[in-house]
Formats: sequence, C-alpha cells, structure tokens
Amino acid sequence: MESTGVRHLSLPFKLSALQVILILVLTVAAIVVVFPFVWMVFTSFKYESDVFSWPPRLVPTQWTTDAYRNIWSQIPFELFFRNSLIFAGGVTLISLFLDSLAAYSFSRFDYPGRDAFFILVLIALMLPFQVTFIPLYITVQKLGLLNTFGGLIIPRATNAFGIFMLRQFFSGIPRELDDAARIDGASEFYIYARIIMPLSGPALATLGIFHFMYNWNDFLWPMLITKTTEMRTLPAGLALFMGEHVIDNALLMAGATLALLPLFIAFLFAQKYFVQSIVMTGLKE
Amino acid sequence: MTQHPLTVENRTVPDRLRLAANGIVHAVKRRETRYGYLFMLPSMITLSVFVFWPIVQSFILSLQKWQLNGKETVWVGFDNYRRLFEDVRVQGAFTNTLQYTAVVVPASLIIALLLALALNERVPGRTIFRAAFFLPVIASFAIIAIVWRFLLNPDIGLLAYWSSQAGIPTRAWLRDVRYAMPAVMIISIWKNLGFNMVILLAGLQGIPDVYYEAAKVDGASRWARFRHVTMPMLRPTWTFVLIISIISSFQVFDQVWVLTPRGGPLHSTETIVTYIYYQGIELLDISYAASIGVILFAIVLVLTLVQLRLFRFREVDL
Repeated sequence: MESTGVRHLSLPFKLSALQVILILVLTVAAIVVVFPFVWMVFTSFKYESDVFSWPPRLVPTQWTTDAYRNIWSQIPFELFFRNSLIFAGGVTLISLFLDSLAAYSFSRFDYPGRDAFFILVLIALMLPFQVTFIPLYITVQKLGLLNTFGGLIIPRATNAFGIFMLRQFFSGIPRELDDAARIDGASEFYIYARIIMPLSGPALATLGIFHFMYNWNDFLWPMLITKTTEMRTLPAGLALFMGEHVIDNALLMAGATLALLPLFIAFLFAQKYFVQSIVMTGLKE
Repeated sequence: MTQHPLTVENRTVPDRLRLAANGIVHAVKRRETRYGYLFMLPSMITLSVFVFWPIVQSFILSLQKWQLNGKETVWVGFDNYRRLFEDVRVQGAFTNTLQYTAVVVPASLIIALLLALALNERVPGRTIFRAAFFLPVIASFAIIAIVWRFLLNPDIGLLAYWSSQAGIPTRAWLRDVRYAMPAVMIISIWKNLGFNMVILLAGLQGIPDVYYEAAKVDGASRWARFRHVTMPMLRPTWTFVLIISIISSFQVFDQVWVLTPRGGPLHSTETIVTYIYYQGIELLDISYAASIGVILFAIVLVLTLVQLRLFRFREVDL
C-alpha cells in the first residue's frame, strides 16, 4: 500500500501521451454523468424565482438554504426517511439472518430433499419480480398486510440471491472448524452464530449493502404496498409529492439530495463493498 | 475373512463395531435431517408464500376472468391469451421493449467497455472516476425522475433549453411522441453505465499480466494485444453482462414509469411491464395482466436458460 501510494504521487510527472488523452476523455465523461446531480444540488440552494428564470441557469444567482430548513415542515420528510430506514433496515437485518440460516443448512447438512430445495432457490433467483407482482399483491392483501411494515418487509424476509451467495461462501469455510466444535458438544446454532457468521464478515457486509441499497431505492414495491402518506418510503413519497402537491421545486431537489446522501456517504466509506455487491448483483438482475 | 453368521449370540467384535457405527451414522443422519430442515424452513416458507405461490397463481389467474367483487371463479380457458395476441397495445409494448433493448443494451455496454478500458490503463484518480460513473447506479429512480423530468421540462428545464439552442426541434422531450422513447433510452444508458463498467472493469483486472507480457515479448502492438489477449479473455464477462442486460431490459419498468407515466405520449414509451402494471394495477384487469406476465415469464425463462447454458452457473467470485 505504502509503495503504491508513493508511486501514485510521482505518476503525474511521467504520464504518457495516451494517459493524458484518457484522463481528458474520462473527465469529460464524468462531468456529463455527474451533471444531473450537480444541477440537483445547485437547484436545492436556489430561490424559487431563480428556479424559474429563463433562460435557465445552473448556478444560483443568490444562494439560500431555505429548502433544507423548510423541507421538514412542507413534506413529511422525516416520516418518509424513518419509513425508509425501517423498511430497508428491517429487510436487510431479517434477510441476512434467514438467508444465512438457509445457507448454513445447504452448506453444512446432508439430508433428503436438500438438492431439490436448492433448485427451488435457484428458480426463485431467476424469476423476475415484475412477473408475479400482481398475485403477490393479492397474497399480501389476503394476509391483511397492505399498508403495514409487515406487508413491506415479510415478503422480502428472505432472498434467493442471498441464500445462493452465502451458501457459496459458507461452502468455502473448512468443515474441520465446525466439526471440531461439534465434537466438543457445541450446538448447531452455536456453530452457526459463533463460528460461521464471524468468519463471513465481508460476505455479509457485501450482501447487507446490496439488500439495503436495493430496498432503500426501491420504488415499485413500496408504491404497491403502501397506501397512505404515513406509510410511504422516501422514493415513493418523493415521487408522489412531485406528482401532486409540490409547489416549491428547490424543496424537491433538497429532498432528492437528502435521500441520496446516506447512500452516497456509505458509498464513499465502503466503495470496495459497494463495487463487490454490484458485481454480484449481476447474478440477480 | 471368514463369514460370521449374523445372529445376536454369535456376534463378533467387528460386527458389533459395525452395528454401533451404523447406529451412529443413522443418528447423525437423523440429526442432520432435523437441523437441515430447521435452519432452512423459515426461508422456504417465505419463498413458498411470496415467490412460488404467486407464480402458480399467475398461471391460474391467466385462465380466469377476474371478477372485481364476484366471489365465484369464471374459467375462460385461453381467452386472455387470444385477446393478448390481438391487442395492438401489447404489440406496441413488445415492439417498444425490443427497440429499447436493441438501443440501450449495445450502447451502454460499448460505452461501459470503453470507460472500463480507459480506467484499466492505470490512470491517476481512478477511484474518483469510478465513483462518478457509479453515482447514477446508487440513485433511486424516484430521484432520477425528479431530476430528469425537471431538466427536460420544456418551460424551465436546463437541458431542454440547451437542446433547443443546439437545434433539436423540440423542447418537450418527455411529452413528444418522437422524443419520449429516445429520452428514456438515454437516461437508461446513463443509469446502467456504471453498473456495466464496474463488472467489465473487474473482468479486465482479472486478466493475468503474464499474457500481456508474453504478447509484448512477441512484439504485439497495442491493438494486437487488445484483439488477441483482452477480447478473448474478457469474453465470459462480456457475454455475462450482455445477457443480464438483455434480461433486465425485457423487464424494464421503473425509469419508464417514473419518467413517462402510463406509457407516455400516445403509448410511445409503453413497455411490457408498464403495460402489465397499467392493466393490473390501474385498470384492475388482473387476469389479463397475469396472462401478459406469463408470456414475459416464458421469454425470461428462455433467456435465462441460454445464460445457464453459456455459464453453467458461474460461481460468485468474491
């Protein structure tokens, strides 16, 4: 690490012509890609008259933090934020628990029907959610779970992709470790909780980010299951406010900025895990 | 070895051992079965209720006529499917989905590959560039809709203004029959780019340096190295990204629905899933929506089987 750091420092003086061209191209591409977000942040600091000025301007003529102060009273932003946190956090925790239990079963025990069940998991992995969302909606409705956190979270309490991924990871942990504990009389749950789980930190972090990001951003599912403003999550709530009641556009941009912020900060701190979870999502999408 | 008669009285020591061992094996097996099921059950119950049962129900519903308040079930055979094949909006939705796939998949893959190749050249600031291209991936579609609908708003949008200054004969991108779909496509490419790039970059970094060094020793030019080392070595990753992109394109919903609700101007952005949503959730014709879902399921299944054939369950590399 140290030595690459030093090499990086000296790099700018030894850039080849190709690298200079690449940096220029990449910079232009990065500006184009980031532009909508830059505009979003700038607009969140504008006065309404500035938002509607023609021709439109990117940078505010006059800066204001009104939007960030008013958003809490104008939109039930705190509520949406809290709902999103309960929904995404709840799904993440419960799903990590159930996924890892099932993965432990598939990787550690040999029993009749195991392979058949695993094939079912793989089928669930391939299925597009969009194909089943209407019967799923009916099921949630029949269980009386519409517009509840139970209805949002329970159908996502386990995830075929998570089971599959953790099973692959658990299979890579040497069996000698848990066999030794078994001989010492440790219970299966103890082995799962005290040996397998602590050894799976990176895999659990990666999967946890995947679950959290997916559910924090999810739009269609909370849109279907929640009916009242009190139950809306951030994406569903903001989208509705955009459609219906919002008069103040800077406010909406402030809301969008604040909704993106938690993931963005998490991303900056754990870029490696984010990238890993995205590389793996390939299997899921 | 002499054969011992297996009667209780005449049991020899090895026999007893074997029996004892069998007993232990059976006990272990029972224990494994018990715990195996115990650990798996919570997930299996959840999957059964919320994944498998809805699939079965989709098929059943597609053969019925959905009664909003009626209690009795009306079976209509394949009526929904017959209707589906004559529905011009279904044809439109399939055509739009195919067009969307034909544009978005190649474009976002090629741009992502170029960016990944550039980033693979040991340019300084790689993590910053990667983070920049990745930003749309972590943004929710709600945020994307809020920002883009505003940017493309004909009366106040900055991009709408710039595009009209650049001579494009519309300012109302998302409200114009000719431009709504292209706008959705461009935004999708923008959104998918970082995702594809990260996977391709991981693939590029997985190519061992020795191959490049060997090619250099043989005097291969940069282009020859790309052609004969990078491309063949990247092929599994490339095919993988291609197929998952195609599969997810067939299921495109979120960006289309939030950017151009209800299929856009004159249904010009209606895709298969937005039409399912419209029929099922907005019009409450749940049986008909289910029959379109079954057709989509068949398509995705075929695509997935192709993927499986090509990859034989490509393991997760962590």
